[in-house]
Amino acid sequence: MIKTDVVIIGAGPTGLFCAHQLGIIGLKCEIVDNLDKIGGQCIELYPDKPIYDIPAVPKCTGEELTNNLIEQIKPFNFNFHLSDRVQELKNENNKWLVKTLNGKEFETPNIVIAGGVGSFEPRKFPTKSAEKYDGKSVLYSIKDKNIFKDKSVVIFGGGDSALDWAIELSNSSKVTLVHRRDEFRGAPASVQKIKELSDNKTIDLITKYSIKDVKGNGSLESVEIKSESGESKVIKADYVLGFFGLIMQLGPIAEWGLNLNKKTIPVNTENFETNKKGIFAIGDICTYPGKLKLILSGFHEGALAARGCFKYARPDEKYRFEFTTASSTIKDRLGVKE
Amino acid sequence: MAKIKYIEFNGTEHEADVANGLSVMEGAIQNDIPGIDADCGGGMSCATCHVYINDDEWLRKLPEKEMGEDDMLDQAFEPKSNSRLSCQLIVSDDLDGLTVHMPEKQV
Repeated sequence: MIKTDVVIIGAGPTGLFCAHQLGIIGLKCEIVDNLDKIGGQCIELYPDKPIYDIPAVPKCTGEELTNNLIEQIKPFNFNFHLSDRVQELKNENNKWLVKTLNGKEFETPNIVIAGGVGSFEPRKFPTKSAEKYDGKSVLYSIKDKNIFKDKSVVIFGGGDSALDWAIELSNSSKVTLVHRRDEFRGAPASVQKIKELSDNKTIDLITKYSIKDVKGNGSLESVEIKSESGESKVIKADYVLGFFGLIMQLGPIAEWGLNLNKKTIPVNTENFETNKKGIFAIGDICTYPGKLKLILSGFHEGALAARGCFKYARPDEKYRFEFTTASSTIKDRLGVKE
Repeated sequence: MAKIKYIEFNGTEHEADVANGLSVMEGAIQNDIPGIDADCGGGMSCATCHVYINDDEWLRKLPEKEMGEDDMLDQAFEPKSNSRLSCQLIVSDDLDGLTVHMPEKQV
């Protein structure tokens, strides 16, 4: 059990800057994100796309913004818990007990939800029948490639993950690659390689087909695919892999009684607290009259939420407002030597 | 200005007058028409404003897909050859009378 002042859900720009503000006012935090890297949408959706509306930064990419924010909070040495997701919240004696998917536990008076539009999860097959095999023989990521040795593997998708795994697994498995159109979005070299493997019959390449059904009797036996004109084929399959990129799902946040409005959480604009004491929401996921989904708004919201957290983390202390330019306490926290 | 008809998966129809220059996606969002999520806000970075153009004539008449749109559509829910991202359909007088059908879901 890790005891801390604040647990931040989401390591996007808003969560990172909120962490900075917590560090500045002397609070500790732990940051959880279900991506395997820091940066949220900035790093997952548009690492290379320029952003033009960060105050005093005329132009920067999602990746540059993320790197600068990481640099900015470095002095505080906060812990990141990546590839993990907050699963469960429980209130006990005015403290929140937080459990993650990977079994980590935190005790904290404050939770700041900076979850963007939700957590990134792999898009799954639309077919109901695939759910039964999910995690067993229908997979959306690969942990151990050895399980596919000498097996029939049907891979769906047209991006780099699908192509790379089709190439890799073709060495030791019977691979069929199915994609909904003739063009692939993967790297040109991989597309070239796939065409070669298909020409010399190392893999079966089927385009303009998508999944219709998976069939089996206890264990998976085959997958049925369909074309838009209604033709269908059945392919023997021990494993079916889907690589359709990531989608954003609200996930467990929807279960915490936060009066959701569509996919957003209503907050007050004094400290961005939700209807639950000690749970704050900032950034794209929060809503209030006049809300703008801008990174700069997220920064402002994070600064105020941090002060809100102070009240519960240090109930016996009075919060003191200080400027970073003038305060020696803050400079100590930042490790600045003059 | 163009009158755009949005038809939900369950058949519910909505009509909106959308100003020139806005996207078909924005037309839905501004008029609170359900069925289009637009998580990324029109950056062609997600695939949650996915629609079908069921009318062949309209499908031909619409501006062609730019690079990247089909790549994003690969990641949509049940993409078909008549799929478009509504954030990439910019409204002009020429689009008056366009009908778009929403998929069963966006995510």
